[in-house]
Amino acid sequence: MASAPGAFASSGLLGRARAAAADHYAPTDVERAIGAERLDLRDVAALLSESAADATEALAQRARAVTLQRFGRAIRLFAPLYVSNACLSTCTYCGFSKDLEVARRTLTPAEVAGEARVLAARGFRSLLLVSGEHRREVSPEYLVECAARVATVVPQVAIETQTWDRATYARLAAAGVEGAVHYQETYDRERYAEVHRLGWKRDYDRRLTAVEEAGASGLRRIGIGVLLGLHEDWRADVLALAAHARWLQRTAWGVEVTVALPRMKPSAADDRPRAVLDDATYVRALCALRVALPDAGIVLSTRESPGLRDGLARICVTSMSAGSSTEPGGYSTPGAAQEQFSISDERTPAEVAAALDAMGYEPVWKDAFALSPSAEIF
Amino acid sequence: MTGEPFGFAGRTFGSRLLVGTGKFSAHTVMRDAVVASGAEVVTVALRRVDLDRAGEGDVLDHVPPGLVLLPNTSGAVDADEAVRLARLARAGGLPTAVKLEVTPDPRTLAPDPVETLRAAERLVADGFTVLPYCSADPVLCRRLEEAGCATVMPLGSWIGSNRGLRTRDALEAIIEAAGVPVVVDAGIGVPSDASEAMEIGADAVLVNTAIAVARDPVRMARAFALAVEAGRLGYEAGQGAVRGATSSEASSPLTGFLG
Repeated sequence: MASAPGAFASSGLLGRARAAAADHYAPTDVERAIGAERLDLRDVAALLSESAADATEALAQRARAVTLQRFGRAIRLFAPLYVSNACLSTCTYCGFSKDLEVARRTLTPAEVAGEARVLAARGFRSLLLVSGEHRREVSPEYLVECAARVATVVPQVAIETQTWDRATYARLAAAGVEGAVHYQETYDRERYAEVHRLGWKRDYDRRLTAVEEAGASGLRRIGIGVLLGLHEDWRADVLALAAHARWLQRTAWGVEVTVALPRMKPSAADDRPRAVLDDATYVRALCALRVALPDAGIVLSTRESPGLRDGLARICVTSMSAGSSTEPGGYSTPGAAQEQFSISDERTPAEVAAALDAMGYEPVWKDAFALSPSAEIF
Repeated sequence: MTGEPFGFAGRTFGSRLLVGTGKFSAHTVMRDAVVASGAEVVTVALRRVDLDRAGEGDVLDHVPPGLVLLPNTSGAVDADEAVRLARLARAGGLPTAVKLEVTPDPRTLAPDPVETLRAAERLVADGFTVLPYCSADPVLCRRLEEAGCATVMPLGSWIGSNRGLRTRDALEAIIEAAGVPVVVDAGIGVPSDASEAMEIGADAVLVNTAIAVARDPVRMARAFALAVEAGRLGYEAGQGAVRGATSSEASSPLTGFLG
């Protein structure tokens, strides 16, 4: 039985975002939105509209100013640490989808700690534990143990796994986990049901509500996002994401909200995108998010090319992964399991850091103190 | 406190400008800006400090030698975290004068008055010299002083906002009442804001974002040094009365009938 809608789903904001995205906007609407101190949903919709295509540079300038003031000339670096690609959900776009016959692997907690040490040696102090959705292989107990071990290696640990209940998030927080990342992928219910065919992730409302539960659990950072291209109406999805982020900032006031807009990449699933955004449109979408959410971190993965990543670091992105492997065990023993998707920026972490430095940006490896009460160093 | 030197923990400083080390494009730029600022006290976020990387390009490696390092607890969301962080830093060999920051709201980074006071009481009892970043609230500042804090550091406006002294009336009341140095921290966006804070009698100011994100941080650091000095001199010199923009002689005296 599907879950009942949570507070955000019941707020009416999704409907307003959809309606705003469907409206038409004149160049004067775009101009006003770029200059506005506070943007409402329709202002953000104007920035995403066709009428804003010629205003990308002006919007980027505004986005850069907002980013500089709030975040300075600094980019935080982190690495995804894939702990398992075992999965009981069937999602048409994902390389870990249950029905795909790919090499599966779940690392032992000791192996996870080993991967963390490899990444720490490469400079990382912030790690994101990533898995497919397999409640037995990647159970709360397993994650708590992995997190507790990793928290002794680096000060900042977050998770990107299946969703959990509030008590489980609280247990993870107590083990030293700082944040949880749960992308809704698309906010469109029909499209969501088409691509999430079976398994835990099929339940739209459970997934959306989990973010609220995580926000009330003691975790201090929540990452949300959409998979751009999954839904034909990408504008509605970006707008819904902006509305969702603002709603979370208001209701879970002590929680830092970050947003991401990964574009669909080829994977073992090889599902075709419904919408293809060129680079200019993609940059515009990220800039619109920045001015809509001046206080939100914007996260960019290695799905994007080095040139685009470097360019976006100077405009609106505040946090980046680098030197990523999307395969469990891929840092110590590459090639033993299926990767989730192929990456585009294959530079080493040191090369990414050097590129940031050359652009006049400080690569920030450590931006947190250990939350784990047993940590002996901050 | 006209004429009194500025200091804490038994030390006095020639410069009344304190600077932060975040948001710079590179540690080397930060170092050059700190030098240009003439500051003698530099605050560093403990969450950015990586003792495992000491000597290999960590932020602490770039703080010019000879300056007083003031670690801060930025990122702490309650008293427990701030106290634990300060103790871990002390155990790691860092100074025991600490800039206390407890900011549970990630959007405004507004200081939590309740948790800040609790943390201050515990840290003072534990032997720390405590310099609390706090709301511009005269009562809170008195309470922090009573708790044994070495200074109070009320905000001019939201941290990083560069919006200037939006809390000026409250700052004046705090300065009037304070028995410890008042350091205006947060929101100072341009050199004239720093002058204004000094002119109303602040003992010192702390500036970070305005220097770090300037086009030329080194030049801006120098500008702030001059502004702080000018503002202080102006305060010590004693300002003349200010005439209202539209004030003039009353056309018909109201008390003429008194003879």
